[in-house]
Amino acid sequence: MAVTLDQTIAQKQHTLLSRVFASQTFWVVIAVILACLFLSVATDSFATTKNLYNITRNVTFVAIVALGMTFVIITGGIDLSVGSVLCLSSMVLAVTMHAGYGIEIGIAASIATALTIGAFNGVLIAYLGFPPFVVTLGMLSIARSLAMVASNNTVVFQFGPDHDKLLALGGGAWVFGIANPVLYTILLALITGFTLRWTKFGRHIFAIGGNEHAATLTGVPVRQIKVAVYMISALAAGIAGIIQTGWLGAVTTNLGAGMELQVIAATVIGGANLAGGMGTAFGAVVGAALIEVIRNSLGLLGINAFWQGTFIGGAILLAVLFDRIRNFRRND
Amino acid sequence: MAVLELTNISKHFGAIQAVNDVSLSIEAGQVVGLMGDNGAGKSTLVKMIAGNFPPSHGTMQMDGKDLVLHKPVEARQHGIEIVHQDLALCNNLTAAANVYLGRELRRGVGPFRILDYAAMYKRAGQIFAELKSETRPRDLVKQMSGGQRQAVAIARTMLSQAKIVLMDEPTAAISVRQVAEVLNLIRHLRDQGIAVVLISHRMPDVFDVADRVIVMRRGRKVADKTIASSSPEEVTGLITGAIEQV
Repeated sequence: MAVTLDQTIAQKQHTLLSRVFASQTFWVVIAVILACLFLSVATDSFATTKNLYNITRNVTFVAIVALGMTFVIITGGIDLSVGSVLCLSSMVLAVTMHAGYGIEIGIAASIATALTIGAFNGVLIAYLGFPPFVVTLGMLSIARSLAMVASNNTVVFQFGPDHDKLLALGGGAWVFGIANPVLYTILLALITGFTLRWTKFGRHIFAIGGNEHAATLTGVPVRQIKVAVYMISALAAGIAGIIQTGWLGAVTTNLGAGMELQVIAATVIGGANLAGGMGTAFGAVVGAALIEVIRNSLGLLGINAFWQGTFIGGAILLAVLFDRIRNFRRND
Repeated sequence: MAVLELTNISKHFGAIQAVNDVSLSIEAGQVVGLMGDNGAGKSTLVKMIAGNFPPSHGTMQMDGKDLVLHKPVEARQHGIEIVHQDLALCNNLTAAANVYLGRELRRGVGPFRILDYAAMYKRAGQIFAELKSETRPRDLVKQMSGGQRQAVAIARTMLSQAKIVLMDEPTAAISVRQVAEVLNLIRHLRDQGIAVVLISHRMPDVFDVADRVIVMRRGRKVADKTIASSSPEEVTGLITGAIEQV
Protein backbone atom coordinates (compact mmCIF):
# COMPACT_ATOMS: atom_id res chain seq x y z
CA MET A 1 0.00 0.00 0.00
CA ALA A 2 1.34 3.36 -0.92
CA VAL A 3 1.93 5.78 1.90
CA THR A 4 -0.01 8.96 1.31
CA LEU A 5 1.20 12.41 2.16
CA ASP A 6 -1.37 12.72 4.93
CA GLN A 7 -0.13 9.53 6.57
CA THR A 8 3.44 10.77 6.47
CA ILE A 9 2.46 14.06 8.01
CA ALA A 10 0.39 12.39 10.72
CA GLN A 11 3.15 9.94 11.61
CA LYS A 12 4.74 10.32 15.01
CA GLN A 13 8.43 9.66 14.86
CA HIS A 14 8.96 9.17 18.55
CA THR A 15 6.88 7.14 20.92
CA LEU A 16 6.63 8.22 24.51
CA LEU A 17 9.00 5.42 25.53
CA SER A 18 11.70 6.28 22.99
CA ARG A 19 11.58 9.88 24.14
CA VAL A 20 12.00 8.87 27.76
CA PHE A 21 15.01 6.69 26.95
CA ALA A 22 16.58 9.47 24.91
CA SER A 23 16.48 11.99 27.74
CA GLN A 24 19.45 12.68 29.94
CA THR A 25 17.14 13.24 32.90
CA PHE A 26 15.92 9.64 32.71
CA TRP A 27 19.45 8.27 33.05
CA VAL A 28 20.20 10.61 35.94
CA VAL A 29 17.06 9.33 37.69
CA ILE A 30 18.32 5.77 37.14
CA ALA A 31 21.70 6.79 38.58
CA VAL A 32 20.03 8.28 41.68
CA ILE A 33 17.91 5.16 42.19
CA LEU A 34 20.85 2.79 41.74
CA ALA A 35 22.96 4.84 44.14
CA CYS A 36 20.17 4.77 46.73
CA LEU A 37 19.70 1.01 46.35
CA PHE A 38 23.43 0.42 46.65
CA LEU A 39 23.69 2.61 49.73
CA SER A 40 20.71 0.94 51.39
CA VAL A 41 22.47 -2.39 51.08
CA ALA A 42 26.02 -1.24 51.73
CA THR A 43 25.34 0.88 54.81
CA ASP A 44 23.02 0.60 57.78
CA SER A 45 22.59 4.31 58.15
CA PHE A 46 21.39 5.35 54.66
CA ALA A 47 17.83 4.03 54.55
CA THR A 48 16.86 5.38 57.93
CA THR A 49 14.00 7.84 58.32
CA LYS A 50 16.31 10.42 59.81
CA ASN A 51 18.87 10.26 57.00
CA LEU A 52 16.26 10.35 54.25
CA TYR A 53 14.63 13.32 55.97
CA ASN A 54 18.01 15.04 55.99
CA ILE A 55 18.76 14.29 52.36
CA THR A 56 15.40 15.43 51.04
CA ARG A 57 15.63 18.64 53.01
CA ASN A 58 19.21 19.36 51.97
CA VAL A 59 18.30 18.87 48.32
CA THR A 60 15.65 21.54 48.46
CA PHE A 61 17.75 24.69 48.75
CA VAL A 62 19.85 23.88 45.70
CA ALA A 63 16.78 22.53 43.88
CA ILE A 64 14.66 25.66 44.38
CA VAL A 65 17.43 27.94 43.15
CA ALA A 66 18.10 25.51 40.28
CA LEU A 67 14.46 25.79 39.20
CA GLY A 68 14.88 29.53 38.78
CA MET A 69 18.25 29.07 37.11
CA THR A 70 16.63 26.70 34.60
CA PHE A 71 14.64 29.59 33.11
CA VAL A 72 17.80 31.64 32.65
CA ILE A 73 19.83 28.78 31.22
CA ILE A 74 17.11 27.86 28.71
CA THR A 75 17.31 31.39 27.28
CA GLY A 76 21.05 30.82 26.87
CA GLY A 77 22.00 33.06 29.79
CA ILE A 78 23.63 32.42 33.15
CA ASP A 79 23.06 33.85 36.62
CA LEU A 80 26.14 33.76 38.85
CA SER A 81 24.61 36.02 41.48
CA VAL A 82 22.12 33.53 42.98
CA GLY A 83 24.25 32.55 46.00
CA SER A 84 24.78 36.17 46.96
CA VAL A 85 21.15 37.10 46.28
CA LEU A 86 20.11 34.22 48.55
CA CYS A 87 22.34 35.63 51.28
CA LEU A 88 21.11 39.21 50.81
CA SER A 89 17.44 38.15 50.86
CA SER A 90 18.01 36.16 54.03
CA MET A 91 19.78 39.08 55.60
CA VAL A 92 17.06 41.57 54.65
CA LEU A 93 14.49 39.22 56.17
CA ALA A 94 16.57 38.71 59.31
CA VAL A 95 17.39 42.37 59.84
CA THR A 96 13.80 43.51 59.22
CA MET A 97 12.38 40.98 61.65
CA HIS A 98 15.15 41.59 64.17
CA ALA A 99 14.14 45.26 64.14
CA GLY A 100 10.71 44.21 65.39
CA TYR A 101 8.65 43.96 62.21
CA GLY A 102 6.35 41.00 61.60
CA ILE A 103 7.11 38.03 59.37
CA GLU A 104 4.85 39.31 56.55
CA ILE A 105 6.78 42.56 56.25
CA GLY A 106 10.09 40.71 56.52
CA ILE A 107 9.17 38.34 53.69
CA ALA A 108 7.78 41.16 51.54
CA ALA A 109 11.00 43.17 51.97
CA SER A 110 13.09 40.12 51.20
CA ILE A 111 11.15 39.23 48.03
CA ALA A 112 11.16 42.86 46.89
CA THR A 113 14.93 42.96 47.29
CA ALA A 114 15.36 39.81 45.22
CA LEU A 115 13.05 41.03 42.46
CA THR A 116 14.78 44.40 42.31
CA ILE A 117 18.16 42.74 41.87
CA GLY A 118 16.75 40.42 39.22
CA ALA A 119 15.22 43.34 37.34
CA PHE A 120 18.52 45.23 37.53
CA ASN A 121 20.42 42.25 36.10
CA GLY A 122 17.77 41.73 33.43
CA VAL A 123 17.63 45.33 32.25
CA LEU A 124 21.41 45.53 31.93
CA ILE A 125 21.45 42.29 29.95
CA ALA A 126 18.36 42.74 27.78
CA TYR A 127 18.28 46.48 27.11
CA LEU A 128 21.92 47.52 27.40
CA GLY A 129 23.40 44.37 25.89
CA PHE A 130 25.77 43.49 28.74
CA PRO A 131 26.96 39.86 28.71
CA PRO A 132 25.02 37.89 31.39
CA PHE A 133 28.23 36.43 32.77
CA VAL A 134 29.70 39.86 33.52
CA VAL A 135 26.52 41.44 34.92
CA THR A 136 25.78 38.60 37.30
CA LEU A 137 29.45 38.27 38.27
CA GLY A 138 29.31 41.92 39.30
CA MET A 139 26.07 41.30 41.19
CA LEU A 140 27.64 38.29 42.95
CA SER A 141 30.06 40.71 44.52
CA ILE A 142 27.61 43.57 45.09
CA ALA A 143 24.81 41.54 46.73
CA ARG A 144 27.12 39.85 49.23
CA SER A 145 28.70 43.14 50.09
CA LEU A 146 25.24 44.68 50.65
CA ALA A 147 24.39 41.76 52.95
CA MET A 148 27.47 42.61 55.01
CA VAL A 149 26.49 46.28 55.07
CA ALA A 150 22.93 45.45 56.14
CA SER A 151 24.04 43.31 59.07
CA ASN A 152 27.36 45.00 59.82
CA ASN A 153 28.80 41.53 59.16
CA THR A 154 27.26 39.99 62.25
CA VAL A 155 25.30 36.80 62.75
CA VAL A 156 21.57 37.43 63.14
CA PHE A 157 19.75 34.75 65.14
CA GLN A 158 16.94 36.64 66.83
CA PHE A 159 14.00 37.42 64.62
CA GLY A 160 11.81 39.60 66.81
CA PRO A 161 8.15 38.87 67.68
CA ASP A 162 7.54 36.36 64.87
CA HIS A 163 10.70 34.37 65.61
CA ASP A 164 8.85 31.09 66.11
CA LYS A 165 6.69 31.50 63.02
CA LEU A 166 9.77 31.88 60.84
CA LEU A 167 11.42 28.81 62.34
CA ALA A 168 8.25 26.77 61.84
CA LEU A 169 8.01 27.96 58.22
CA GLY A 170 11.46 26.61 57.36
CA GLY A 171 12.04 23.90 59.93
CA GLY A 172 8.59 22.40 60.43
CA ALA A 173 6.93 19.39 58.86
CA TRP A 174 3.27 20.25 58.52
CA VAL A 175 2.09 17.44 56.20
CA PHE A 176 2.75 13.71 56.83
CA GLY A 177 6.09 14.44 58.48
CA ILE A 178 7.58 15.66 55.22
CA ALA A 179 9.95 18.57 55.84
CA ASN A 180 8.35 21.87 54.78
CA PRO A 181 11.17 22.82 52.38
CA VAL A 182 10.45 19.60 50.48
CA LEU A 183 6.82 20.59 50.05
CA TYR A 184 7.82 24.03 48.78
CA THR A 185 10.22 22.44 46.32
CA ILE A 186 7.58 20.08 44.96
CA LEU A 187 5.13 22.95 44.59
CA LEU A 188 7.65 25.21 42.87
CA ALA A 189 8.81 22.39 40.59
CA LEU A 190 5.23 21.78 39.49
CA ILE A 191 4.72 25.47 38.78
CA THR A 192 7.99 25.65 36.85
CA GLY A 193 7.24 22.53 34.84
CA PHE A 194 3.77 23.82 33.99
CA THR A 195 5.07 27.23 32.96
CA LEU A 196 7.74 25.78 30.71
CA ARG A 197 5.50 23.31 28.94
CA TRP A 198 2.06 24.87 28.85
CA THR A 199 2.40 28.64 28.65
CA LYS A 200 3.23 31.01 25.85
CA PHE A 201 5.88 32.52 28.12
CA GLY A 202 7.56 29.12 28.46
CA ARG A 203 7.45 28.51 24.73
CA HIS A 204 9.07 31.90 24.10
CA ILE A 205 11.84 31.15 26.59
CA PHE A 206 12.78 28.07 24.58
CA ALA A 207 12.55 30.04 21.34
CA ILE A 208 14.97 32.69 22.64
CA GLY A 209 17.44 29.99 23.65
CA GLY A 210 17.10 28.26 20.28
CA ASN A 211 17.47 31.29 18.05
CA GLU A 212 17.17 34.73 19.59
CA HIS A 213 17.23 36.46 16.22
CA ALA A 214 14.37 34.31 14.94
CA ALA A 215 12.38 35.01 18.09
CA THR A 216 12.80 38.75 17.55
CA LEU A 217 11.80 38.52 13.89
CA THR A 218 8.66 36.55 14.67
CA GLY A 219 7.47 39.12 17.18
CA VAL A 220 8.43 37.47 20.48
CA PRO A 221 8.98 40.20 23.12
CA VAL A 222 12.56 39.06 23.67
CA ARG A 223 13.72 41.88 25.96
CA GLN A 224 10.80 41.76 28.36
CA ILE A 225 11.11 37.99 28.63
CA LYS A 226 14.83 38.21 29.35
CA VAL A 227 14.20 40.67 32.20
CA ALA A 228 11.50 38.32 33.50
CA VAL A 229 13.79 35.25 33.58
CA TYR A 230 16.47 37.05 35.61
CA MET A 231 13.74 38.22 37.99
CA ILE A 232 12.49 34.66 38.32
CA SER A 233 16.01 33.42 39.03
CA ALA A 234 16.53 36.05 41.73
CA LEU A 235 13.06 35.34 43.13
CA ALA A 236 13.89 31.64 43.43
CA ALA A 237 17.10 32.53 45.25
CA GLY A 238 15.11 34.85 47.54
CA ILE A 239 12.55 32.14 48.35
CA ALA A 240 15.32 29.64 49.07
CA GLY A 241 16.93 32.25 51.30
CA ILE A 242 13.77 32.76 53.33
CA ILE A 243 13.24 29.02 53.80
CA GLN A 244 16.87 28.44 54.67
CA THR A 245 16.76 31.21 57.25
CA GLY A 246 13.79 29.53 58.93
CA TRP A 247 15.52 26.17 58.83
CA LEU A 248 18.93 27.31 60.12
CA GLY A 249 17.57 29.76 62.65
CA ALA A 250 20.50 32.08 61.97
CA VAL A 251 21.95 34.06 59.08
CA THR A 252 25.61 34.70 58.46
CA THR A 253 27.10 36.69 55.62
CA ASN A 254 28.69 33.62 54.07
CA LEU A 255 25.34 31.92 53.55
CA GLY A 256 25.09 30.58 50.00
CA ALA A 257 28.74 31.25 49.19
CA GLY A 258 29.74 29.20 46.15
CA MET A 259 26.17 27.98 45.78
CA GLU A 260 25.89 29.26 42.20
CA LEU A 261 28.26 26.55 41.02
CA GLN A 262 26.28 23.79 42.72
CA VAL A 263 23.08 25.16 41.23
CA ILE A 264 24.49 25.34 37.72
CA ALA A 265 25.89 21.83 38.17
CA ALA A 266 22.44 20.57 39.18
CA THR A 267 20.74 22.05 36.11
CA VAL A 268 23.42 20.75 33.76
CA ILE A 269 23.34 17.25 35.27
CA GLY A 270 19.56 17.38 34.89
CA GLY A 271 19.84 17.93 31.15
CA ALA A 272 19.89 21.71 30.67
CA ASN A 273 22.21 22.96 27.96
CA LEU A 274 24.35 25.99 28.77
CA ALA A 275 24.14 26.98 25.10
CA GLY A 276 20.40 27.48 25.63
CA GLY A 277 17.21 25.95 24.31
CA MET A 278 17.07 22.91 26.59
CA GLY A 279 16.13 22.23 30.20
CA THR A 280 13.35 20.94 32.43
CA ALA A 281 12.07 21.53 35.95
CA PHE A 282 12.25 17.84 36.77
CA GLY A 283 15.85 17.75 35.52
CA ALA A 284 16.88 20.55 37.86
CA VAL A 285 15.42 18.75 40.89
CA VAL A 286 16.90 15.40 39.91
CA GLY A 287 20.29 17.01 39.29
CA ALA A 288 20.19 18.56 42.75
CA ALA A 289 19.19 15.18 44.20
CA LEU A 290 22.12 13.38 42.56
CA ILE A 291 24.58 15.89 43.98
CA GLU A 292 23.13 15.53 47.47
CA VAL A 293 23.10 11.72 47.32
CA ILE A 294 26.75 11.74 46.29
CA ARG A 295 27.65 14.05 49.17
CA ASN A 296 25.64 12.06 51.68
CA SER A 297 26.96 8.70 50.54
CA LEU A 298 30.61 9.73 50.72
CA GLY A 299 30.06 10.63 54.34
CA LEU A 300 28.26 7.40 55.13
CA LEU A 301 30.81 5.25 53.33
CA GLY A 302 33.54 6.88 55.38
CA ILE A 303 35.30 8.41 52.40
CA ASN A 304 37.33 11.53 53.15
CA ALA A 305 35.20 14.65 52.54
CA PHE A 306 37.98 16.13 50.43
CA TRP A 307 36.92 13.72 47.66
CA GLN A 308 33.47 15.31 47.36
CA GLY A 309 34.43 17.79 44.66
CA THR A 310 35.99 15.06 42.57
CA PHE A 311 32.85 12.93 42.63
CA ILE A 312 30.49 15.83 41.93
CA GLY A 313 32.73 17.09 39.12
CA GLY A 314 32.84 13.56 37.73
CA ALA A 315 29.05 13.39 37.79
CA ILE A 316 28.81 16.63 35.78
CA LEU A 317 31.22 15.34 33.15
CA LEU A 318 29.53 11.93 33.01
CA ALA A 319 26.07 13.43 32.55
CA VAL A 320 27.22 15.62 29.69
CA LEU A 321 29.22 12.71 28.24
CA PHE A 322 25.98 10.74 27.82
CA ASP A 323 24.55 13.68 25.92
CA ARG A 324 27.60 13.87 23.66
CA ILE A 325 27.47 10.16 22.88
CA ARG A 326 23.84 10.44 21.82
CA ASN A 327 24.66 13.40 19.60
CA PHE A 328 27.54 11.55 17.94
CA ARG A 329 25.22 8.69 17.10
CA ARG A 330 22.60 11.04 15.72
CA ASN A 331 25.13 12.79 13.52
CA ASP A 332 26.30 9.49 11.99
CA MET B 1 -6.29 46.86 -8.42
CA ALA B 2 -2.81 46.68 -7.02
CA VAL B 3 -2.38 45.04 -3.62
CA LEU B 4 0.68 47.09 -2.87
CA GLU B 5 1.63 50.34 -4.53
CA LEU B 6 4.90 52.19 -3.89
CA THR B 7 5.16 55.77 -5.12
CA ASN B 8 8.50 57.61 -5.41
CA ILE B 9 10.04 55.73 -2.52
CA SER B 10 13.54 56.79 -1.46
CA LYS B 11 15.72 55.81 1.46
CA HIS B 12 19.02 57.24 2.49
CA PHE B 13 21.25 56.36 5.40
CA GLY B 14 23.24 59.51 6.03
CA ALA B 15 24.96 60.29 2.75
CA ILE B 16 24.29 56.87 1.26
CA GLN B 17 21.32 56.76 -1.11
CA ALA B 18 20.19 53.13 -0.79
CA VAL B 19 16.90 53.42 -2.69
CA ASN B 20 16.25 56.27 -5.09
CA ASP B 21 12.79 57.27 -6.31
CA VAL B 22 11.33 53.81 -6.88
CA SER B 23 7.68 53.34 -7.88
CA LEU B 24 6.10 49.97 -8.42
CA SER B 25 2.86 48.12 -7.99
CA ILE B 26 2.18 44.49 -7.17
CA GLU B 27 -1.02 42.70 -8.15
CA ALA B 28 -2.78 39.89 -6.33
CA GLY B 29 -1.94 36.40 -7.53
CA GLN B 30 1.23 37.57 -9.20
CA VAL B 31 4.81 36.46 -8.64
CA VAL B 32 7.27 39.29 -9.04
CA GLY B 33 10.98 38.56 -9.26
CA LEU B 34 13.07 41.31 -7.68
CA MET B 35 16.60 41.13 -8.99
CA GLY B 36 19.78 43.12 -8.71
CA ASP B 37 23.39 42.84 -7.67
CA ASN B 38 24.55 43.09 -4.06
CA GLY B 39 23.97 46.64 -2.84
CA ALA B 40 21.40 47.42 -5.53
CA GLY B 41 18.81 48.28 -2.88
CA LYS B 42 16.64 45.14 -2.96
CA SER B 43 16.95 44.38 0.73
CA THR B 44 16.41 48.00 1.74
CA LEU B 45 13.25 48.12 -0.36
CA VAL B 46 11.97 44.90 1.14
CA LYS B 47 12.77 46.02 4.67
CA MET B 48 10.66 49.13 4.20
CA ILE B 49 7.72 47.01 3.04
CA ALA B 50 8.33 44.70 6.01
CA GLY B 51 8.20 47.58 8.47
CA ASN B 52 11.84 47.36 9.59
CA PHE B 53 12.32 51.08 8.88
CA PRO B 54 10.26 53.83 7.21
CA PRO B 55 11.10 55.35 3.81
CA SER B 56 12.82 58.77 3.78
CA HIS B 57 10.51 59.94 1.00
CA GLY B 58 7.52 58.59 -0.87
CA THR B 59 4.36 56.74 0.07
CA MET B 60 3.18 53.17 0.29
CA GLN B 61 -0.42 52.17 -0.29
CA MET B 62 -2.14 48.90 0.35
CA ASP B 63 -5.49 48.21 -1.35
CA GLY B 64 -5.71 51.93 -2.08
CA LYS B 65 -5.16 53.00 1.53
CA ASP B 66 -2.04 54.66 2.90
CA LEU B 67 0.29 52.27 4.66
CA VAL B 68 2.53 53.57 7.43
CA LEU B 69 4.55 50.97 9.32
CA HIS B 70 6.59 51.43 12.47
CA LYS B 71 7.28 47.83 13.42
CA PRO B 72 7.44 44.46 11.64
CA VAL B 73 4.44 43.32 13.69
CA GLU B 74 2.33 46.03 12.07
CA ALA B 75 3.26 44.81 8.62
CA ARG B 76 2.03 41.36 9.60
CA GLN B 77 -1.24 42.82 10.86
CA HIS B 78 -1.74 44.33 7.39
CA GLY B 79 -1.25 40.93 5.74
CA ILE B 80 2.39 41.35 4.76
CA GLU B 81 4.37 38.22 5.56
CA ILE B 82 8.11 37.76 5.19
CA VAL B 83 10.14 34.62 4.68
CA HIS B 84 13.56 35.65 5.91
CA GLN B 85 16.71 34.57 4.16
CA ASP B 86 17.91 32.65 7.21
CA LEU B 87 14.29 31.40 7.67
CA ALA B 88 14.24 32.52 11.32
CA LEU B 89 13.69 29.01 12.70
CA CYS B 90 14.41 27.67 16.18
CA ASN B 91 16.15 24.31 15.83
CA ASN B 92 15.16 23.19 19.32
CA LEU B 93 11.42 23.51 18.63
CA THR B 94 9.04 21.36 16.60
CA ALA B 95 7.81 22.32 13.15
CA ALA B 96 4.40 23.27 14.56
CA ALA B 97 5.96 25.38 17.32
CA ASN B 98 8.00 27.24 14.71
CA VAL B 99 5.01 27.83 12.47
CA TYR B 100 3.11 29.35 15.38
CA LEU B 101 6.06 31.17 16.96
CA GLY B 102 4.92 34.56 18.27
CA ARG B 103 1.22 33.78 17.70
CA GLU B 104 0.67 30.56 19.63
CA LEU B 105 -2.83 29.18 19.92
CA ARG B 106 -4.14 28.90 23.45
CA ARG B 107 -7.23 27.60 25.11
CA GLY B 108 -8.79 28.30 28.49
CA VAL B 109 -10.43 31.24 30.17
CA GLY B 110 -9.09 34.66 31.05
CA PRO B 111 -5.58 34.60 32.45
CA PHE B 112 -5.63 30.80 32.75
CA ARG B 113 -4.79 29.93 29.20
CA ILE B 114 -2.56 27.09 28.14
CA LEU B 115 -0.94 26.25 24.82
CA ASP B 116 -3.29 24.33 22.56
CA TYR B 117 -0.85 21.70 21.28
CA ALA B 118 -3.51 19.60 19.55
CA ALA B 119 -4.92 22.47 17.52
CA MET B 120 -1.47 23.71 16.52
CA TYR B 121 -0.33 20.24 15.40
CA LYS B 122 -3.54 19.78 13.46
CA ARG B 123 -3.51 23.09 11.64
CA ALA B 124 0.24 22.90 10.91
CA GLY B 125 -0.33 19.42 9.48
CA GLN B 126 -3.10 20.74 7.26
CA ILE B 127 -0.88 23.53 5.96
CA PHE B 128 1.95 21.10 5.18
CA ALA B 129 -0.53 18.89 3.34
CA GLU B 130 -1.75 21.90 1.38
CA LEU B 131 1.83 22.75 0.54
CA LYS B 132 2.35 19.12 -0.50
CA SER B 133 5.38 18.95 1.74
CA GLU B 134 6.36 15.83 3.65
CA THR B 135 6.87 17.66 6.91
CA ARG B 136 5.71 16.28 10.23
CA PRO B 137 4.44 18.93 12.68
CA ARG B 138 5.85 17.04 15.68
CA ASP B 139 9.41 16.73 14.37
CA LEU B 140 12.16 19.01 15.58
CA VAL B 141 13.31 21.45 12.93
CA LYS B 142 16.90 20.45 13.81
CA GLN B 143 16.42 17.14 11.98
CA MET B 144 14.88 18.59 8.81
CA SER B 145 16.11 18.96 5.25
CA GLY B 146 16.52 22.35 3.60
CA GLY B 147 13.26 21.94 1.68
CA GLN B 148 11.31 21.01 4.79
CA ARG B 149 12.76 24.00 6.64
CA GLN B 150 11.58 26.24 3.79
CA ALA B 151 8.14 24.65 4.07
CA VAL B 152 8.03 25.47 7.79
CA ALA B 153 8.98 29.09 7.11
CA ILE B 154 6.45 29.37 4.29
CA ALA B 155 3.74 27.69 6.37
CA ARG B 156 3.95 30.67 8.75
CA THR B 157 2.75 32.97 6.00
CA MET B 158 -0.37 30.83 5.55
CA LEU B 159 -1.62 31.07 9.13
CA SER B 160 -3.42 34.31 8.57
CA GLN B 161 -4.95 35.74 5.43
CA ALA B 162 -1.73 37.05 3.93
CA LYS B 163 -2.07 39.37 0.96
CA ILE B 164 1.56 39.62 0.07
CA VAL B 165 4.51 37.36 0.84
CA LEU B 166 8.07 38.62 0.57
CA MET B 167 10.66 35.88 0.12
CA ASP B 168 14.30 36.74 0.57
CA GLU B 169 16.58 34.35 -1.36
CA PRO B 170 14.49 31.25 -0.64
CA THR B 171 16.44 29.06 -3.05
CA ALA B 172 19.97 30.00 -1.99
CA ALA B 173 22.02 27.15 -0.55
CA ILE B 174 19.59 24.25 -1.02
CA SER B 175 19.73 21.23 -3.30
CA VAL B 176 18.30 21.07 -6.82
CA ARG B 177 15.39 18.85 -5.81
CA GLN B 178 14.57 21.15 -2.91
CA VAL B 179 14.65 24.20 -5.19
CA ALA B 180 11.91 22.55 -7.26
CA GLU B 181 9.93 21.98 -4.04
CA VAL B 182 10.24 25.62 -3.02
CA LEU B 183 9.20 26.86 -6.47
CA ASN B 184 6.12 24.66 -6.18
CA LEU B 185 5.35 26.23 -2.82
CA ILE B 186 5.56 29.66 -4.45
CA ARG B 187 3.16 28.61 -7.23
CA HIS B 188 0.83 27.30 -4.57
CA LEU B 189 0.76 30.68 -2.79
CA ARG B 190 0.12 32.42 -6.12
CA ASP B 191 -2.78 30.10 -6.93
CA GLN B 192 -4.44 31.19 -3.71
CA GLY B 193 -4.40 34.79 -4.91
CA ILE B 194 -1.44 35.85 -2.78
CA ALA B 195 1.07 38.25 -4.28
CA VAL B 196 4.62 36.94 -3.97
CA VAL B 197 7.77 39.02 -4.19
CA LEU B 198 10.72 36.75 -4.87
CA ILE B 199 14.10 38.27 -4.18
CA SER B 200 16.67 36.11 -5.85
CA HIS B 201 20.06 35.99 -7.48
CA ARG B 202 19.14 32.83 -9.38
CA MET B 203 18.06 33.66 -12.92
CA PRO B 204 16.55 30.22 -13.70
CA ASP B 205 14.27 30.33 -10.63
CA VAL B 206 12.91 33.75 -11.47
CA PHE B 207 12.28 32.83 -15.10
CA ASP B 208 10.70 29.56 -14.00
CA VAL B 209 8.15 30.91 -11.53
CA ALA B 210 7.75 34.69 -11.87
CA ASP B 211 5.22 36.58 -13.99
CA ARG B 212 7.12 39.83 -13.87
CA VAL B 213 10.68 40.87 -13.19
CA ILE B 214 11.87 44.08 -11.59
CA VAL B 215 15.57 44.88 -11.84
CA MET B 216 17.33 47.31 -9.54
CA ARG B 217 20.74 48.86 -9.95
CA ARG B 218 22.38 51.37 -7.59
CA GLY B 219 19.13 52.12 -5.81
CA ARG B 220 17.10 52.76 -8.96
CA LYS B 221 14.53 50.65 -10.73
CA VAL B 222 15.97 50.02 -14.19
CA ALA B 223 13.41 47.54 -15.53
CA ASP B 224 9.88 46.36 -14.78
CA LYS B 225 8.48 44.03 -17.41
CA THR B 226 6.74 40.72 -17.94
CA ILE B 227 8.83 37.59 -18.01
CA ALA B 228 7.49 36.79 -21.49
CA SER B 229 8.84 40.01 -22.91
CA SER B 230 12.28 39.66 -21.33
CA SER B 231 15.14 37.21 -21.42
CA PRO B 232 17.84 36.09 -19.02
CA GLU B 233 20.43 37.80 -21.22
CA GLU B 234 18.61 41.10 -21.03
CA VAL B 235 18.17 40.86 -17.25
CA THR B 236 21.86 40.00 -16.79
CA GLY B 237 22.73 43.06 -18.86
CA LEU B 238 20.45 45.21 -16.72
CA ILE B 239 21.88 43.90 -13.46
CA THR B 240 25.49 44.49 -14.48
CA GLY B 241 24.79 47.81 -16.17
CA ALA B 242 25.67 46.65 -19.69
CA ILE B 243 22.14 47.72 -20.60
CA GLU B 244 21.29 51.09 -19.03
CA GLN B 245 17.51 50.99 -18.82
CA VAL B 246 14.48 49.58 -20.63
